[in-house]
Amino acid sequence: MARVAASRRSLLGHSYNLVGVVAALVILAWTLIAIFAPAIIPHSIGDIVDDDYFGPMRQGLWLGSDYLGRDMLSRVLMGARYTVGISLAAVVIACFSGVVLGMIAAVTGGWLDTCLSRFLDAMNSIPSKLFGLVVVAAVGSSIPALILTLAVIYIPGAYRFARALAVNINTMDFMTVARVRGESIAYLIGSEILPNIIRPVLADFGLRFVFIVLLLSGLSFLGLGLQPPLADWGALVRENIGGLPFAAPAVIVPSLAIASLTISVNLLIDNLPQKIRDRDA
Amino acid sequence: MTNLVEVRNLRIEATTDSGRVVEIIKGVSLDIADGEIVALIGESGSGKTTVALSLMGYARPGCRIIGGEINVNGKNMAALSEKQRAKLRGTDIAYVPQSAAASFNPSSTIMEQVIEVTRIHGLMPPEQARKRAVELFRALSLPDPEGIGARYPHQVSGGQLQRLSAAMALIGDPKLMIFDEPTTALDVTTQIDVLKAFKSVMRAGGIAGVYVSHDLAVVAQIADHIVVLKGGEVQETGTTAQILSAAQHPYTRELLAAFEPKPRQAHADADAGAKPLLRIDNVTAGYGAVRADGLPLIRAVDTVSLVVEKGRNLGVIGESGCGKSTLARVIAGIHPAAAGDIIFDGKQLERGAGKRSQDQLREMQIVFQYADTALNPAKPVEDIIARPLAFYHQLDRQARSKRVDELLDMVRLPRTLRYRRPSELSGGQKQRVNFARALAAGPKLIICDEITSALDTVVAAAVIELLKELQRELGLSYIFISHDLSVVEAICDEIMVMYNGERVEQITPDRLMAPIHPYSKLLFSSVPKLDPTWLDGLVRDPELVSQYGHR
Repeated sequence: MARVAASRRSLLGHSYNLVGVVAALVILAWTLIAIFAPAIIPHSIGDIVDDDYFGPMRQGLWLGSDYLGRDMLSRVLMGARYTVGISLAAVVIACFSGVVLGMIAAVTGGWLDTCLSRFLDAMNSIPSKLFGLVVVAAVGSSIPALILTLAVIYIPGAYRFARALAVNINTMDFMTVARVRGESIAYLIGSEILPNIIRPVLADFGLRFVFIVLLLSGLSFLGLGLQPPLADWGALVRENIGGLPFAAPAVIVPSLAIASLTISVNLLIDNLPQKIRDRDA
Repeated sequence: MTNLVEVRNLRIEATTDSGRVVEIIKGVSLDIADGEIVALIGESGSGKTTVALSLMGYARPGCRIIGGEINVNGKNMAALSEKQRAKLRGTDIAYVPQSAAASFNPSSTIMEQVIEVTRIHGLMPPEQARKRAVELFRALSLPDPEGIGARYPHQVSGGQLQRLSAAMALIGDPKLMIFDEPTTALDVTTQIDVLKAFKSVMRAGGIAGVYVSHDLAVVAQIADHIVVLKGGEVQETGTTAQILSAAQHPYTRELLAAFEPKPRQAHADADAGAKPLLRIDNVTAGYGAVRADGLPLIRAVDTVSLVVEKGRNLGVIGESGCGKSTLARVIAGIHPAAAGDIIFDGKQLERGAGKRSQDQLREMQIVFQYADTALNPAKPVEDIIARPLAFYHQLDRQARSKRVDELLDMVRLPRTLRYRRPSELSGGQKQRVNFARALAAGPKLIICDEITSALDTVVAAAVIELLKELQRELGLSYIFISHDLSVVEAICDEIMVMYNGERVEQITPDRLMAPIHPYSKLLFSSVPKLDPTWLDGLVRDPELVSQYGHR
């Protein structure tokens, strides 16, 4: 059709957007790197391979070297592992608990809803970075502690979001029909509500993933994230911040990595494939 | 140029989300003379609103006017620029939307909104506009014409708001008014006041009008000409009398046939005197804080008693807000009663649905008015119908699938529809799926809460026929709640009239012409007839109207 916007095309009953496809490819690339990083890094992340610090890009050291003369390419590739992995684990825990609790609160109502909402509102009022600082100071920095801390910080938001959506669905007549039928809460939330809110919940999942990546990078930048020689992207930026006056790739590349991942996730959320409802096409 | 409006070979197309282009208006032509009212009628999706909107040169998002001429007052609306069109809208052509409640801005006063048009077009100074508005309020027989403008939209009733939106349209002194189903959302008793007001101002000002509706009886009262649309094409055009008396096109006849009273089968009264299926004694229910005597502050249902016998139907009728839907929810246990007994099949039922046994829940099903919200949009039809089968009857997958086919046959839907989602069905189809789900439970009593109100006349008539057939086959009983007397009359053995939460009268359809209670008299006399002279000839007892009418 001549008038169809050039960037929209259809496949398998869904219409796709070029921006969304590119964003999805970027995310896929980072995911693959995160999985296969140990197999593809040219140098071990702890090895000092350059004579100079903040070395420029050149053959063999494609992204230059860091403040100790270590290979930046290897460190960025391995950093993907920690940034993507920790954030993903945290966001899965946060969204799963938040959404399930939110739907239960909306369906049940009454005192359970009130108690849960007030408790999570109280959680929400604690500044996230401060909360992270306190926890890390108390229990030390380890990967499981980081994942749990990040998850707990983002549960209240996911809960609020899911509850607001579920409350709207809860007033629909089909919910009344199901209730009068005598259905259990598990059926109500899993089969009647969830399918109707899954798209915004997925969008929220992506957005929350971005927040967690940024918070994790922030914590690492403050030195509270992963401990050396391990480093996620945030930590890479911090340890190489001294290279900024020399325009060293060591500080620019991890920043670009963070930007490319978070922006791509955002763009993907805004351009998710849409189901075509016109069946005669 | 002889006519005020001349539409020639109008074609409008729409682009679907897959990029496919559909022609929704296929060469429509129509004429409207000065001071004449033309009605556009047809089922939903026939393009009547699209044609009406095109008279303002407007096509809804995704739609485009691709051909033809729309001459209004000598200007071709299709060819004008958006700026030129905007100049004509509100001055030459005005629009009265279907839902006045949704069209008013709740945060500013009515007067501000009514005179807004004069400010936008710079027609007259605000002082003069206010005076003119008050004149219009008076002409539209609104109560307190001087003071009503100072109120906010939520402080006036639906019927008043609809007339106020007409005042808003009239203030620019238009030559053509477009009414888009302005009385569809109103009660019959209110509808009469609105129709009378519209008719008198249009006549007094010599204004031409387009009246979009699917209710032939309403159209008969107000229109000079009728244009029947279906599938984006004009099926038939004629004067109102011609169409009503000598319709040519099959679709028009179908529309007319939906109005003819159906012959009712005489019920075999063999099991008369048998145990009633449902008995309700002095049930009271309502909303708000519970007072010392255990009753709620606002009583929506006030000491109502009723009896439904096996295999027979009870109709509950009344205007919106009379408590009839609350009564349905009380019986189903969705809204627990504050006082009174519900005895179903010889056993006392708990007031709340949560405490009733699974069998009790199964045997009494409720079907809601809006199939759009009563069907989960995320699930295909087969899952929706199959759930009660799995839940109540523990059928396995294969047996369920077979039963879904049977149920679809029962409600006269093609079996291939089972894979579709509710959004891919028409209104009538959705209501049938809604009904099939209730049937799947295997109930003895089905409570139908306004199930035909959201449907077109022809579709509603088909649904009613279906209910009757199923009753014969399955021996069901219905409680049929509606504000539409003709629907209740067609299917019920007993009719209960409710007003203000109380039962005012219970009568049989045979005695429908002679109700005893004054409110029933007012209600029954307010149902529009096909006769075009009905509205003008209607004389209502002013005392009754002032007592029961919500003006």
